[in-house]
Amino acid sequence: MREITFAQACNEALRHELQRDSSVFMIGEDIAHYGGMFRVTDGLMAEFGEDRIIDTPISESGFLGMALGAALAGKRPVAELMFIDFSLVAMDQILNNIAKTHYMSGGAAKVPLTIVTQGGGYKGAAAQHSQMLEALFLHVPGIKVVTPSTPADAKGLLSASIRDDNPVLFIEHKQLLNLKGHVPEGEHLVPLGSAHVIQPGTDVTVLTYSYTVQLCRNVVQELSSFGVSVELVDLRSLNPLDWDTISQSVTKTHRVLIVHESHKRCGVGVDLAAQIQEQLFDELDAPIGICSAADVPIPFAAGLESEVLPTESRIRKAILEVMGREV
Amino acid sequence: MESPSAESFLRQMATLQALERELTTLSQSGRLRGSLHLAQGQEAVPAGACAALQPSDYLTATYRGHGYVLAKGCSLDGVLAEILGKATGLACGKGGKMHLFDLSHGLLGTNGIVGAGVGSVVGAALTAKMDRNGRVGLTVFGDGAINQGHVHEAMNMAALYQLPVIFLCENNLYAEMTPLHRSHGNVNLLERASSYGMDAIQVDGNDPFKVYEVVKKAVDLGRSGGGPTFIEALTYRTVGHYQADAGTSYRTLEEIEEWRQNSPIKRLSARIGPDAEKIIDEADELVHEAVERALGSPDPDPATALQGVFA
Repeated sequence: MREITFAQACNEALRHELQRDSSVFMIGEDIAHYGGMFRVTDGLMAEFGEDRIIDTPISESGFLGMALGAALAGKRPVAELMFIDFSLVAMDQILNNIAKTHYMSGGAAKVPLTIVTQGGGYKGAAAQHSQMLEALFLHVPGIKVVTPSTPADAKGLLSASIRDDNPVLFIEHKQLLNLKGHVPEGEHLVPLGSAHVIQPGTDVTVLTYSYTVQLCRNVVQELSSFGVSVELVDLRSLNPLDWDTISQSVTKTHRVLIVHESHKRCGVGVDLAAQIQEQLFDELDAPIGICSAADVPIPFAAGLESEVLPTESRIRKAILEVMGREV
Repeated sequence: MESPSAESFLRQMATLQALERELTTLSQSGRLRGSLHLAQGQEAVPAGACAALQPSDYLTATYRGHGYVLAKGCSLDGVLAEILGKATGLACGKGGKMHLFDLSHGLLGTNGIVGAGVGSVVGAALTAKMDRNGRVGLTVFGDGAINQGHVHEAMNMAALYQLPVIFLCENNLYAEMTPLHRSHGNVNLLERASSYGMDAIQVDGNDPFKVYEVVKKAVDLGRSGGGPTFIEALTYRTVGHYQADAGTSYRTLEEIEEWRQNSPIKRLSARIGPDAEKIIDEADELVHEAVERALGSPDPDPATALQGVFA
């Protein structure tokens, strides 16, 4: 199978959905003439025209409100939010309006709107361009959150997101955009809410998503040579959550580490740990571990940033702690 | 499209007046939950504006927007049942008074957040332009919303893309409890809107004919590809911001009384003459019967509260 980058895989999914459904259009900053800050929309304006690939002013609240209105009027908009950090100037539209409209309308209104955004650190982009803010969107009901870690999943999940009749926040990671991988040509769908067991194992379950999947892969390989059998689960989407896969894995290994790049307080790790202990308490042989960013803003300097974000060595240490092994 | 008759306007305005009277009684007796934002004194703006729209045109309004919802043609029974939290309401009791939706009448939502529905109408108007279906979008908001960033982003984009949008600003001189001169660096709202490159017109908001006329002109401009229009309708809320605000601590009694004498229903009734009373009585009766029907409607099944987050 041919190899393409994560960004090219997203571009393929967008092109495919624009071709198959005339109600799909895109709206966002520098996506048309420029082709997208990260080239995800490269060439789309040439193929689909300025009417369907629409450049906007730097007005996140405005164009997300427009995307909502377009969805209510029967379109299937894909809005690109250049950095997830910029969602914070548009939270009223995203969480008070986009996420709530279906429920508030008693089901009368559907909002098939995908927000494609990009987040994450490790690049020295500092505190306002490095965040993973998925937890904010998981806290408020009504918007799905998708966090692919491979080019193939990016393509399949993005197509599935666009076809979903609900608001979806699709989070690319800036460290993944140039990652190459095998990606099926033509139509490729990965259902939302399906985790992927990357590597089966028996000693400990590692639950993760987005870029930290790649970090965990390396650690898991290394640990296997020391006789530690890790079951590595890529959650792929956080809402909906594939609880069945989580439950089966925990029931098998009895030990859990959750790894994510965002902060710990009120984050995905804390949330999953609560659900696991509520429902699978008797299965656990050890306290659930969480390896996450420290609860400080993401600093700029390389030595400071790596002190805050999960690293392979920190993940390794966390796995061994959950195993009760000497670190 | 011909202007509706004076009798037709009065019927619309009297229905809104009757609805608000009934809701006030229900609120005071504890049978209506939540906040109640009344539009007394402002009845001519929704009556005049919605008369210039087709059922397929798009509308978003505010938490004070029930008059627009009715004037747009949404069912009085459906609206009342929703306001009273009934299973038969427009949103099955999940939305309430501030969140009325009726896509079959182009209503993309009333909204609890000041200015937040403005972008939706601009987006719906974008689809009208894409599909060349001749629809327009009207969004109504108050003078307070003029200070929300989202509104300005939306106005800029409507002008940039030349979208068929009518930005209808009800200037009732107070943003909730704060007068314009204490909240607006420039109280000339027309200047602020026209700076984006669109026509901006002021109108007597207590005259439904005049409101109809300017909105109709803006609708025609939008349908013909001429882009958006901003309309400032001068009016006055003769009651408080919501049920717990008497509206008298930040306004003089003389000012309120002067506007009461200038109320659109009074003015139009004087113009119509003796028949006006009959029209108003009929509206009262119509609404009262609808309230009785809504009160007798079933409550939602509590289990439905946990359903319908996603389609």
